[in-house]
Amino acid sequence: MIEIIQTGPFNTVQDLGRPGFRNIGVTTSGAMDPLALKIGNSLLGNESGAAALEIQTYPFKLRFSKATAFAVTGADCGASIGGRTIQPCCALSVEAGQVLELGQPRVGTRAYICITGGIDVAPVMGSRSTSLRGAFGGREGRHLMTGDTLQLGEVSNPLNLPAAGLSVVDPTYALAEVYPAPQDGVLLVRAIPAGEHALFGADAERFWSQTWKISTQSDRTGYRLMGDPIKPTTPVEMRSHGVVSGVVQVPPSGEPIIQMADANTAGGYPKIAGVIEADLWRLGQARIGSRLRFVRVTHAQAAEVEKAVTGFVEDVRLTSRMVCGALQAMS
Amino acid sequence: MSASAAKIAAPVESLVLDRNGARVSPIGSRAFLLEATGAFDLASQRRIWALSRAVELWSETLEIVPGMTNLLIVLKQTAEDPEALASRLLEAWEQAESIDLTGRRIEIAVTYGGDHATDLAALCDRSGLSDREVVRIHYEGTYRVFALGSAPGFGYLHGLDPRIYMPRKTVPSLNMARGCVTIGGMQTGVAVLTGPNGWNSIGFAELQMFDPMSSMPAVMAPGDTVRFVPASIEL
Repeated sequence: MIEIIQTGPFNTVQDLGRPGFRNIGVTTSGAMDPLALKIGNSLLGNESGAAALEIQTYPFKLRFSKATAFAVTGADCGASIGGRTIQPCCALSVEAGQVLELGQPRVGTRAYICITGGIDVAPVMGSRSTSLRGAFGGREGRHLMTGDTLQLGEVSNPLNLPAAGLSVVDPTYALAEVYPAPQDGVLLVRAIPAGEHALFGADAERFWSQTWKISTQSDRTGYRLMGDPIKPTTPVEMRSHGVVSGVVQVPPSGEPIIQMADANTAGGYPKIAGVIEADLWRLGQARIGSRLRFVRVTHAQAAEVEKAVTGFVEDVRLTSRMVCGALQAMS
Repeated sequence: MSASAAKIAAPVESLVLDRNGARVSPIGSRAFLLEATGAFDLASQRRIWALSRAVELWSETLEIVPGMTNLLIVLKQTAEDPEALASRLLEAWEQAESIDLTGRRIEIAVTYGGDHATDLAALCDRSGLSDREVVRIHYEGTYRVFALGSAPGFGYLHGLDPRIYMPRKTVPSLNMARGCVTIGGMQTGVAVLTGPNGWNSIGFAELQMFDPMSSMPAVMAPGDTVRFVPASIEL
């Protein structure tokens, strides 16, 4: 069991989401940085989609009421355990009663606290993710509050972690070949033109060429971008259709919205582009007020990135198992 | 933009395929939208329902989301050959026969007008009809649930009289109440969540549309027939 000692608003239980119910209007939810969630779980020997805590407001503190192991992935927020600073992306054993503390992130925005066995809240419609808008899933459909206690899943055969912990290189570096570094602090987000791209005429080029700023009206539902407005050459009243996270819609104001994990499942605004799946986690770590530019890519390029990311997670899983297995054999 | 960037861009643009009454376009790397480009009617929707059944069986399908005379297919992973997939979708559309979903009959009691009908006056201005006429046209209609989406259990209803079509708002209402009876373009429906909403409210209905703990979480299903019954009219 763990006990939340201190938390800001909007911290929730998340897993990889609730696919399969968009056709009844249920958003997938799930971690805004699914890669961080998978890495944390893989390090611990959990299933890659085990539920974790998604922390996006700080400081955050929890107490472990039994001995277990955990990893903090995603944003680097100078985490400490029992007052001792720990490395980012590091799986560590803890004793009962120890306190984990997360401060303001130095890099990124969302941290994931993965724990052996995963957070064991009751699954709703196949997922433990919190749907804040729908008020179900996770901890009673709401964000975490001070004093909350959460059960952990049972594991029959936990990994035997090294005493010093087991770290993985931050994916930003490990996957540097497939993730271009920001240019002058501008995040490059890869996207594919969507159905109404041509409708924007000359403005479509300005969509790709300009630098957009993530506005304060941005959260798990979507990011509103600020910049030089783009408009379709003729207004359209679309028939409502299903959408996925990453879709970039352009409302009449001309400033695009990127739908994120808690997005509506359907929409009717003209869509100019769709962010590729493998780049969504980088958006999930982008700060309000930071700048981004869209880079046009093909499906083939998207598939390449996806393969590299899948390979990396698999590598973490296998290496972790191997190292811990060897340690077990030696002891 | 460099020449190489232009080369990359060219095949991407051609991914929007338009033929035989349907159009396919991508949303990101894993989703494709097929839109029936013909009439906004039940016949088109019945073919969409048939297409949904076919595409649902494809091995690469993660989710299908039928919309208003359109279908979104979400794949398990990035499409390696998007052109082939788009063509296959169009072929499936060409072969899709019509099916009819015989749903339930649902009656929804509505308070027309009153505090929640924030956009009734604007609708009167646009249509040139009196508030009484707008309301009467709305409750005299018989609607079919074409699709569910947007928010949990929200049913998109087809069958709105063109005289009371009303475009979505340029600036959405920030906090429209759950239960508002709304018009969005040529569609109507009942808001299921309180929050931002770009549709136009003309009344209010007290109705629980969704229960996540139920084995059938959504009250409405595609194919259901819906009638609005005026519980009271406050004009």
